[in-house]
Amino acid sequence: MNLNGIRAIYLFEMNRFRRTIMQSVAAPVLSTSLYFIVFGSAIGSRIDTIEGISYGAFIVPGLIMLTVITESLTNSSFGIYLPKFQGTIYELLSAPVSAVETVIGYVGAAATKSVLIGCLILATARIFVDYTIVHPLWTAAFLVLTCTAFSLFGFIIGIWADSFQRLQLIPLMVVTPLAFLGGTFYSITMLPEPWDTIALLNPVLYLVSGFRWSFYGVADVAPAVSLAMTFVFMLVCLAIVAWIFKTGWRLKS
Amino acid sequence: MRPAAHAHPAPPPIGADDAVIRVEGLEKTYASGFTALKNVDLTIRRGEIFALLGENGAGKSTLIGAICGLVRPSAGRILVDGHDAVADFRSARTKIGLVPQELHVDSFERVMDTVSFSRGLFGKPRDAAFVEGVLRDLSLWDKRDAKIIALSGGMKRRLLIAKALAHEPTILFLDEPTAGVDVELRREMWRMVHRLRERGVTIILTTHYIEEAEEMADRVGVIHQGEILLVEEKTALMRKLGRRELALHLREPLAAIPDAVARPALSLDPEGRTLTYVFDSQSEDTGIADLLRRLAEAGIEVRDLATSESSLEEIFVSLVKGRPS
Repeated sequence: MNLNGIRAIYLFEMNRFRRTIMQSVAAPVLSTSLYFIVFGSAIGSRIDTIEGISYGAFIVPGLIMLTVITESLTNSSFGIYLPKFQGTIYELLSAPVSAVETVIGYVGAAATKSVLIGCLILATARIFVDYTIVHPLWTAAFLVLTCTAFSLFGFIIGIWADSFQRLQLIPLMVVTPLAFLGGTFYSITMLPEPWDTIALLNPVLYLVSGFRWSFYGVADVAPAVSLAMTFVFMLVCLAIVAWIFKTGWRLKS
Repeated sequence: MRPAAHAHPAPPPIGADDAVIRVEGLEKTYASGFTALKNVDLTIRRGEIFALLGENGAGKSTLIGAICGLVRPSAGRILVDGHDAVADFRSARTKIGLVPQELHVDSFERVMDTVSFSRGLFGKPRDAAFVEGVLRDLSLWDKRDAKIIALSGGMKRRLLIAKALAHEPTILFLDEPTAGVDVELRREMWRMVHRLRERGVTIILTTHYIEEAEEMADRVGVIHQGEILLVEEKTALMRKLGRRELALHLREPLAAIPDAVARPALSLDPEGRTLTYVFDSQSEDTGIADLLRRLAEAGIEVRDLATSESSLEEIFVSLVKGRPS
């Protein structure tokens, strides 16, 4: 195991994160706070409680998920795309680091960033809305798992992308809609037939539902199913990453 | 490299069997169907400076890429100090430092950070003193806190060398180290390569300048269309490549070469204005003095003269022609 190599990649990425702290931390925290102000404090007071939870509190877990998913994808995909774009990837490819070590370095750093952002948003939300956390350990588990899974997904996107446009394509066109429709702002039980059934095809729903369960003990789907789905998603991403390194796809000619 | 000198043993004696890199039957066909390397066999000796000479697109970078892990070989085997470059990539790559042809740098990183990063990436623990030594050797120490984007082209190239040396490799690949580099920097680069060799580092460089191979290398390999045409001691090759041409531009056109001046290596252009004389620059007597004297005796006035080396392209053509197909 090349521990020095992992550390070098991890610190390099965290360093980049620190350099761009305004874009990478301040921006997501600010924009999520706007949701809390508008939907939580302003409009939220006129919306009924959902399953006994005030609307402002109801959207906290979903909004955190929405943000960490987007941040994981963006940070991770950019982290591996940048060396490809700059050509500095030659050094990584010629270094004595294995695929596993590369992934731990890049994905680990991206996931760390997202977890930090998630915690910051959680703390900020406290200013605007009153929420409780029933199962704090599960909150932490869901947060870490989701950040890791989507950082892996972002890593794949970063390797796949051959332009900055493509880099943004999947986060903007696929993940953001899925996150919005995944029960961030509502419970799927509020949807009419057949949309409540169709919503079950949305993988993000399981993450949001499981995360919300850890807060309030209520969920759209069983928490065990949520956890299983998160793992399945992560395993699929891991399998793709393994294939990428085995074949050198988009990395080596 | 002063501070590192103690970290390296004295260069071992160079023996014909002391191979530090062994390439056997290496083939590379890209997905597009283009075959960049054809059955390449090559042995690099420990401690030597090896120049890989070839035109653009000849396969130099592909060959280096395959040894360093950037290119996946289609067939064949590569041993780096006895370690298989694929199966035992960790041991193989730890020994190699690679300086790419293009100036690939992280524009927003700082000089010191990026060199430390390279060292860590190659598995070495932090060593601020060693990194300082490398930066000092490459005259980058004053720039250690500068952002890379603020460096000049020459500094960026030295930075890439510093990054490649950060993990104390025993083999250094320099892909076109002096392409687009001014004369002074090129001289400096050559001096640095010689210093590294004194420390026992094996150096493989690619170039398309004959002059560079002549200045630096112990041995020269010529690659053309993915095939290694020859590998020879530099001195032997330079004798072969030592053919030069002397062009004499005449004041008055000649109808034919006068008998008193005529010799096999001398030819006249169709307009009768230029005499071309081919000679061996390595030989004791090039025959130039005699030729000029006889031209003067014959009353032929020379307006201007110029000498030129046979170009690498001409050498390639003659090498390709000389090979059985």
